[in-house]
Amino acid sequence: MMEYAYYPGCSLENTGKPYDWSIREVFKTLSIGLREIEDWNCCGATMYMSVDKIVGFAVSARNLALAQNMGLDICAPCSSCYTTLRKTNRHMTWNIHSRKLINEALKAGGLSYDKMVEVRHPLDILVNDVGIEKISASCRFELEGLKVAPYYGCMIVRPVYDFDDMDDPQTMDMLFDALGADVVDYPDKVRCCGGMLMTTFEEIALNLNNHLLKCAEDNGADVIVTTCPLCQMNLESYQAQINRRYNLKHNMPIMYFSQLVGLALGVEPSKLGIDTLLIEAPKIKLKPKAVEAAV
Amino acid sequence: MITRTFTEPVPKREAELRAAFWEQVKSIPRGEKIQNCIQCGTCTGTCPVSYMMDITPREVVALFRAGHLEDILHSRTIWICASCYSCRVRCPSGILVTDLIYALKRLAMDMKIYPPKFPTYALSKAFISNIYKYGRNFEIGLAIRYFLKANPKKLIASAGFGLAMIRKGRISVRPQSIKKVKEIRAIIDRANQLEKEGI
Repeated sequence: MMEYAYYPGCSLENTGKPYDWSIREVFKTLSIGLREIEDWNCCGATMYMSVDKIVGFAVSARNLALAQNMGLDICAPCSSCYTTLRKTNRHMTWNIHSRKLINEALKAGGLSYDKMVEVRHPLDILVNDVGIEKISASCRFELEGLKVAPYYGCMIVRPVYDFDDMDDPQTMDMLFDALGADVVDYPDKVRCCGGMLMTTFEEIALNLNNHLLKCAEDNGADVIVTTCPLCQMNLESYQAQINRRYNLKHNMPIMYFSQLVGLALGVEPSKLGIDTLLIEAPKIKLKPKAVEAAV
Repeated sequence: MITRTFTEPVPKREAELRAAFWEQVKSIPRGEKIQNCIQCGTCTGTCPVSYMMDITPREVVALFRAGHLEDILHSRTIWICASCYSCRVRCPSGILVTDLIYALKRLAMDMKIYPPKFPTYALSKAFISNIYKYGRNFEIGLAIRYFLKANPKKLIASAGFGLAMIRKGRISVRPQSIKKVKEIRAIIDRANQLEKEGI
């Protein structure tokens, strides 16, 4: 059985809880092992990078060291954690001196990190390890007629695009196409949502998110599907403010990709946190998959 | 803003800042590529937030070359960067623009040079104290602490969806601490010490 060291990250314990629930449900349904890293800490996020390099990397590397001790590769659903952990990996591979220092710091906590652990995004795992065909075969329903705008955001395609194209990624497009949804053109699929700017420069972030929402509407989407808790939060919780600010009437549901996959797999909506969305999920016609007729 | 010409010697302050900047750049893989900039402006063109910057990413490099690092540190630019990495993947000279901006942020914080009335760094500080205290980030506590300092009005503006999130069970009102907080503190303390020793 496939198994991964699960790194939820701080957001998935808070505003991103539905992401956490739905990832766990989807993995369980597909019989993929997901063992949470015991006592994991914050990945350091982008904020730490701007303050103190060695400290930021050391904080991040503690998680990698814990996963190394489990002997498993990491599954990190939060795009920001995903990038930060990978960046720490790259940095420690590239800079031997810095690797020594980081390990020196880790030693103070009784840890060391030398065998590089792979950090993977669940979208990558689902599409490339499990495979779209197998997922599709495990589905009990089709997302018939649901117009999906796949939003990838920044961090899973940049700075290093590993499992998909940086300009026009296709993994989610292919996945939802196979699940029976109607994937719409979404030219803004890798445009930035502003991330933390929503806190520090609200004006800029509101404008960015307005663009993302408008682009999805213009292309007839019923729902924007994301892979990142910060994108989800910016797009969803600030929609009311965007409407007030620009005098608009956006009402676009923002769902995690794993929530939609979960629905198609036949998981109970409440277990996927569908009812915790601030903007109600679109009416999804779950069409039972035709059972092959016995001849 | 820019008053110096090339013929004047580099003032002491600028020289000091430049030395500190190169120290930072050395710690970035291929950081020295900044010297290959051809001033094409691809970074500025691809940046989704450059329209709000007082100095564009291309100008950051130009100003640095002209010896005006201090002006860059005073600008809002480095704090507006949302770290989306568009510039980094498109730069034809392979310059790691985003990482250089991070280096500039670190330099600004080390040297305590900030744009006027600009508390973004306060968010970083609050974030770090969270990690030291709990080992994890405590979103709501972080937001409240930051807004109290930077913009109390926004606290009220965000209260609406904040409460909705609490009702839907999507915000924890108490911080979650890791079990081995001592372990993470030891790691942070040791790393800080190593950083200070500059080895």
